[in-house]
Amino acid sequence: MAAPILRCARAGRCWSLGSRPRRTRALFAEPVPGRVREQSSAALQEPRPGAHEWAAVVGLEIHAQISSNSKLFSGSQVSFLAPPNSSVSFFDASLPGTLPVLNRRCVKAAVMTGLALNCTVNKKSLFDRKHYFYADLPAGYQITQQRLPIAVNGCLTYSLSVGAHWSPSATKTVRIKQIQLEQDSGKSLHDDTRSQTLIDLNRAGVGLMEVVMEPDMSCGAEAATAVRELQLILRALGTSQANMAEGQLRVDANVSVHHPGEPLGVRTEVKNLNSIRFLAKAIDYEIQRQIEELRNGGKILNETRAFDEKLGCTVSMRDKEGKQDYRFMPEPNLPPLILYDAESLPTAADPQQVVNIDWIRERLPELPSVTRGRLVEQYGILPEHSFALLNEDGLLEFFQTVMKETRAEPKKVIGWILSTFLGYLKQRNLAVSESPISPSSLAELLSLVDSKVISLPAAKQVFEELWQNQGKTTGQIIQEKKLELLQNQEELEEICQAVLAEHPQEVMAVKKGNQKVVNKLIGMVRRATEGRADPIRIKQILEKQLQ
Amino acid sequence: MWRRTLRAALRAGLSPGTTGAVAEARAARVGSSRFAGSDSGKAEGPSPGGRVSAELIEHLERLALVDFRNREGVARLQAAIEFAGQLRAVDTDGVVPMESVLEDRCLYLRADDVVEDSCVEALLQNSQWTVEEYFVAPPGNITLPKQSEQDPVTES
Repeated sequence: MAAPILRCARAGRCWSLGSRPRRTRALFAEPVPGRVREQSSAALQEPRPGAHEWAAVVGLEIHAQISSNSKLFSGSQVSFLAPPNSSVSFFDASLPGTLPVLNRRCVKAAVMTGLALNCTVNKKSLFDRKHYFYADLPAGYQITQQRLPIAVNGCLTYSLSVGAHWSPSATKTVRIKQIQLEQDSGKSLHDDTRSQTLIDLNRAGVGLMEVVMEPDMSCGAEAATAVRELQLILRALGTSQANMAEGQLRVDANVSVHHPGEPLGVRTEVKNLNSIRFLAKAIDYEIQRQIEELRNGGKILNETRAFDEKLGCTVSMRDKEGKQDYRFMPEPNLPPLILYDAESLPTAADPQQVVNIDWIRERLPELPSVTRGRLVEQYGILPEHSFALLNEDGLLEFFQTVMKETRAEPKKVIGWILSTFLGYLKQRNLAVSESPISPSSLAELLSLVDSKVISLPAAKQVFEELWQNQGKTTGQIIQEKKLELLQNQEELEEICQAVLAEHPQEVMAVKKGNQKVVNKLIGMVRRATEGRADPIRIKQILEKQLQ
Repeated sequence: MWRRTLRAALRAGLSPGTTGAVAEARAARVGSSRFAGSDSGKAEGPSPGGRVSAELIEHLERLALVDFRNREGVARLQAAIEFAGQLRAVDTDGVVPMESVLEDRCLYLRADDVVEDSCVEALLQNSQWTVEEYFVAPPGNITLPKQSEQDPVTES
């Protein structure tokens, strides 16, 4: 595992999200007592290589809520924002005598996710009980897969953006240790003033996939990009809606720092990360905090820290009295989960009772990396454009609808969508689905530009009008504002003639061989037509008239 | 690892019905030997009849949220340890631990259908304290976190 080294020269940039980048740089510039062996001035200025280098190591544990109708082990409904305790079965409330019955959909979802993440799907996996006392876990234990999870040894490939652009060279891979099926807990609402906790068990028993990523990442941006790619994969598969704000994707980060070549440092676990932006911010803050702590001669405690969104820092969560003892034991109510492939499939098996890995593999939907490749090939757009299209929810569908309905070239369309359209959305903080402009009107507009009915500046004007005045069609706006290009050849020729007559000096210059003056004349004609003439056509007419 | 055995035995000793006690203790022992890897579980632990330290009692109380720190409670604990100690007489070397008595059965898979209606009224009847449709719990064994894992929707 080669963790990329963060050098001091890059620290300011890499950790620009940290709270005190300036102080960081100052700290890095100072030689560290004890690390400098020779007290000569040269040694002070240029300490031994490696002494000022820190490598950060980041691993992630991600809980993804499985998109299913019913819960993992009971037939009660999975619903977000239902009235409290309204979808809780006797099993979810852990009443005596109830037993778990595994949801086939959740098993299939975990297999699909495992295959999409290049995992080995275990044909036999086991369920275990993980014990802890918490009011929103009525059984006193969570059913999970500790010993033998459903999928192991996978990997996830993601592409890191360099600056504002995607670069195919920054493609990285993080290993997936395992994916395990487990139950979600209920929710606790803490009422500090009345010193009580309100318990809603609607979420108790909902199926989760815990995806454990190996510590192959080294900064917040890498972790954020990996999580974003996982989010896109889960959505493409339909195995999880993976909405972080709604708690369908929960990320815990394990962070440590060390000097390259030395053993890994003590790690902390950062929790409470409910957006990708905060995930990156929290990790970068934590890396920075640990480096500063060690620089100042402090120690890193193996503790759980929470990210405070308002303060932009991580704070220690008072730990639960020493090390947790989860008292894992095999779940006695669930026999091993056996999955089959084409070879091991029993002949007379009830299809409802069999999960066939090969069958699922053959029917996996297109994954984001494949979609990007296809877009590049099909439309001839740049790889970074394909990343941008997938990165914004709904943008790919918008682009594809526009492409279906317009005659304009893909390269023109992608330009409009990624700069103009996305720019407008970002400026107003809107999602693609909230756009006042429909893909059809944009398609119509781009077709008009393509067939030279209107000029490019006029098209921008129409776009602006479309955005402001919903309900108006592209045609109406063009008519109202008189934006269409002059198509009448005779009229154009007349205007050109008039301009030439008014500027004999320029005409003389061109006739003497100064071709640059033609552009000046074109400009004059365009001004005379209020921008409603196609420059290429003007040029043709002028050249003809000047001969 | 002896703690696990002890805990299971403790539960067995404290539970009113004793029929399931042996099975439960055995299940716990089977489980614990799995998790402890190759360690046979016979080397460590208190000697039969050994005293239970105050520290261990406190640890157990935290895990179980049960207060048994009086003479009777400790005596029961002691008896439970001795009871569980009998299991050590069985030679399990080289025996693959059983995962479940059902380990050779097929795990039934349910179709992903919602078959349970809301039974919130029936459920809340089990609770002494409720607020609206919520169960009310004491702040509990976990300190109330300032940055709680509260529902992000209610936070915003």
